[in-house]
Amino acid sequence: MTRSLHLLLGTLCALSISVSVHAQTGKVTVVTSFSKDVTTPIKTAFEKAYPGANLDVQNRNTNAGVKFLQETKANNQVDLFWASAPDAFEVLKSNNLLQAYKPKATGIPEKVGSYPINDPQGYYFGFAASGYGIMWNTRYMQAKKLPEPKEWDDLLKPVYFDHVAIAAPSRSGTTHLTVETILQGEGWEKGWRTLRLMAGNFRQITERSFGVPEGVNSGQFGLGVVIDFFAFSSEASGFPVKFAYPTVTTLVPANVGIVANAPNMAAAQAFVEFLLSPAGQEVLLEPGIRRLPVIPAVYDKPAAKGLPNPFKDTSLGARVKFDVDASEKRTAAVDALYDQTITFQHEALKAATKAVHDAEAALAKKDNAQGRTLVKEAKDLIGTMPVTEAEVASDAVAKAFTGSKEPGARQAELEQKWAAFAKENYAKAKDKADQAAKLAR
Amino acid sequence: MLTSVLPRLRRAGSNATAGQIVAAVAIAAFLLLFLALPVAQVMIAAFQPKGGGGFTLVNFVDFFNTELFVRSFWNSLYVSGMSVLVATLIALPLAYITARFEFRGALLIQTLGVVPLIMPPFVGAVAMQLLFGRNGTINLLLQDHFDITIPFMEGLNGVVLVQAIHYFPFILINLTTALNNIDRSMEEAAQSLGCSGIRLFRRIVFPLAMPGYIAGAALVFIKVFDDLATPLLLNVKDMLAPQAYLRVTSIGIADPMGYVISVVLIVFSLLSMWASTFALRGRDYATTQRGGGGLDRRKLGPVQAVAAYGTVIAILLLVLAPHIALTLLSFATVWSFSPLPDAYTLAHYGKVFEESAVYMKNTVLYAGLAAAIDIVLGVAIAYLVLRTKLVGRQWLDYGAMAALAVPGVVLGIGYLRSFYGITLPDGTPLATLWIVIVLALAVRRLPYALRACFAALQQVSEALEEAGENLGATKARVIRRIIVPLMTGGILAGFVTSFATAAVELSATIMLVQSNADAPLTYGLYVFMQSPAGRGPGAALGIIAVILVAACTFISHLLIERHRRRSGAIR
Repeated sequence: MTRSLHLLLGTLCALSISVSVHAQTGKVTVVTSFSKDVTTPIKTAFEKAYPGANLDVQNRNTNAGVKFLQETKANNQVDLFWASAPDAFEVLKSNNLLQAYKPKATGIPEKVGSYPINDPQGYYFGFAASGYGIMWNTRYMQAKKLPEPKEWDDLLKPVYFDHVAIAAPSRSGTTHLTVETILQGEGWEKGWRTLRLMAGNFRQITERSFGVPEGVNSGQFGLGVVIDFFAFSSEASGFPVKFAYPTVTTLVPANVGIVANAPNMAAAQAFVEFLLSPAGQEVLLEPGIRRLPVIPAVYDKPAAKGLPNPFKDTSLGARVKFDVDASEKRTAAVDALYDQTITFQHEALKAATKAVHDAEAALAKKDNAQGRTLVKEAKDLIGTMPVTEAEVASDAVAKAFTGSKEPGARQAELEQKWAAFAKENYAKAKDKADQAAKLAR
Repeated sequence: MLTSVLPRLRRAGSNATAGQIVAAVAIAAFLLLFLALPVAQVMIAAFQPKGGGGFTLVNFVDFFNTELFVRSFWNSLYVSGMSVLVATLIALPLAYITARFEFRGALLIQTLGVVPLIMPPFVGAVAMQLLFGRNGTINLLLQDHFDITIPFMEGLNGVVLVQAIHYFPFILINLTTALNNIDRSMEEAAQSLGCSGIRLFRRIVFPLAMPGYIAGAALVFIKVFDDLATPLLLNVKDMLAPQAYLRVTSIGIADPMGYVISVVLIVFSLLSMWASTFALRGRDYATTQRGGGGLDRRKLGPVQAVAAYGTVIAILLLVLAPHIALTLLSFATVWSFSPLPDAYTLAHYGKVFEESAVYMKNTVLYAGLAAAIDIVLGVAIAYLVLRTKLVGRQWLDYGAMAALAVPGVVLGIGYLRSFYGITLPDGTPLATLWIVIVLALAVRRLPYALRACFAALQQVSEALEEAGENLGATKARVIRRIIVPLMTGGILAGFVTSFATAAVELSATIMLVQSNADAPLTYGLYVFMQSPAGRGPGAALGIIAVILVAACTFISHLLIERHRRRSGAIR
């Protein structure tokens, strides 16, 4: 009751603003990666607040959406780009495909966690926050007698072997940020070691972001590394799932940006203002959406019950001081490293990891110093990187990835080198672990 | 210009008529405009150093030096070959039983046999996992009762199983059509010489149906080789098509390797196409007589009947299993880690009912138009290649078949690049019109219709045409009154495969759909399947798609059956 009253008041407010400014009408075309569950309530609320406006939603995944805008820029027909991953907006911005704008909306803090909510140059605006964490299927966990995980490190434990899934960072902008968070939080060497040993436990590395919650929901695997709202909205849809934020997580804003040369600029601006208004923010609390609003006051609404408040709970996402520039610069290389040494070598990595688990279990029963050394060596082999942080940041690697007229290393060449390095190491690691297991027998 | 070229071309093509030349030029122009140019716009990256400019083959050197790509190539080859084998094992009994015996429900089998082709993307994947997956219905039951699980969906062999179930209709449809076109007198001649049973089938029947079988098998081989949806859904990434897709969509133009893989896919598909025509070369499969529907149909004895119905039901249960799971999912409230859903509801259908009308209308319109374009082009190309001596006619065939190997996303991007810059008088880009989606679908599905038309025409004897011409009919009249009617079965087979597969196409259309009002069913499905609450409505929409396409298939079979009976009666 109170909620609908609030909505009504909010709508009335928005209405009076819109009437006093100008009636922003006509078709507003938005390219978005968000699902219908997210877009439909917001579309309805927006069209109510701005009578005469018609939000035309085109669903494309983030990559396809970016590609679409790049391909059609000569005769652009799109007003807004609306998606989670900030790096997609960075790409659009660097291609001059976005229009700078200064929203009039107030009450939005500068940062959520340690991540700036808005683009400093004003090309795109965060309207909701989301953090990464672990989601699990309670029926699956019960059937397989698995404990509930709390931290990323838990996922390295043998008990979770073959039960966890993640989306490939090259395919999911938000997973990429999780990987980068771990790299920045733990440092390059240690971070990659964690990522490798964790991935050695994974059941799958999926190609779509949504493949992970889908598999957890249906029970194809038990746990998944996902962005929070996948878990919240799955729970709201009745699936037997739960979710936890590890201490080291990044809160990332989901964004909206106005496309350069938007055909209906006025209405595009109106949509941005609506999203950032209290009325727009409250729509985020609906069961099908469940994203964290960026206006702190909205968390006081009754509908926000159960949502964590990142503006109060400072433990959330504040641990890592996320360096956006460093992340942006090495995006392609980090994705390629993950793909070449983990995704496409997954079988070999899993075999090596399993061998290490087995050896450790054997050694726990019957200790053996030489075996311990071998296991340590095996783990080191799994964790070693083919390149240092400095090498990845170098011009040579950057040019291999962006393309340059000068002769030099090519991306395909680098990738093959990295893949061969990893493959060889995993095979050696498995050998050593097998030997260690034998010694303990 | 044309007047000076025509006589020269005619001389070169010896007995070609002006009509044939015009047709050939028109088809070539169509292929050039809607396939070659858009694809070339994208593919050029494969031959350029990174960053553009100049020409290089270094990317191909990189391809062969990359262990992942080489491994992917062999995996693709293995999966394609095995899929043809398994698909043959599924299709052969169905085709044989329906063509050989008086079998009640043959029409039903022909319809249900097409249904596996109509596997809407995403929902099909989810449904298969719920049934055959590691924790799907069957494995959960096996685990409970026998403490074992079977990895149906794991690794390369999982891909083979799913692909064979998905694409065996290509073989079934073409083989059934071919069996129905065999001259009964051949069989009778063999029988009077004492040949019967398996030997009769192996030595006479099957060889005569060869064009149909090869047409179907070649389609399965290339389709599996180029398919990316199934490997990706089973999480197998080290095959060529998924590699191309992953690179094109995640790295983009800055990296040429995705396009290099696409070029390899196209070249290899053309090679296998060429190999399949080579296999049929120099043999005559034509029959002069229409025996009123192929082989002599025998009555089934009681034991035979049990065996035949048993086999058919078992096969249909296997190949329709994904659709059974999809039906369950569309009525399920929550279905998670359990053999069956927790409870059932009609709510999902209610949710999609409102929206599905526009999706259905668009799907039937787009897929229907595309399939119609395909059979017109298919008949024309088959005729030009098999019946005329036009110079370069073979290239029309190769060109059209190349479409099979072009990844949908590459075609979609190519269309945007080629047609987005062209504006209509009111300023909107050409690429925003829905007709562009139809053209993309027509180009993507042309190979299916083409192979069916080819097989059909190969079974029509030239003597019949000559007879017609000797009696004074023009070439055009011969085509209209003799060839096309005799090819009806094959044309229908082509129409059905083109239509059914175009109706569930997503990869090219997703780049081209510009507004919800112009979107086909698969796009609606895609939108639903991106959220947890959308799974049920997505499945419901999937079921609606399957029923819609199956109904269209059934109606076209019914029409052709009636046509056949009527023309049989006249004879």
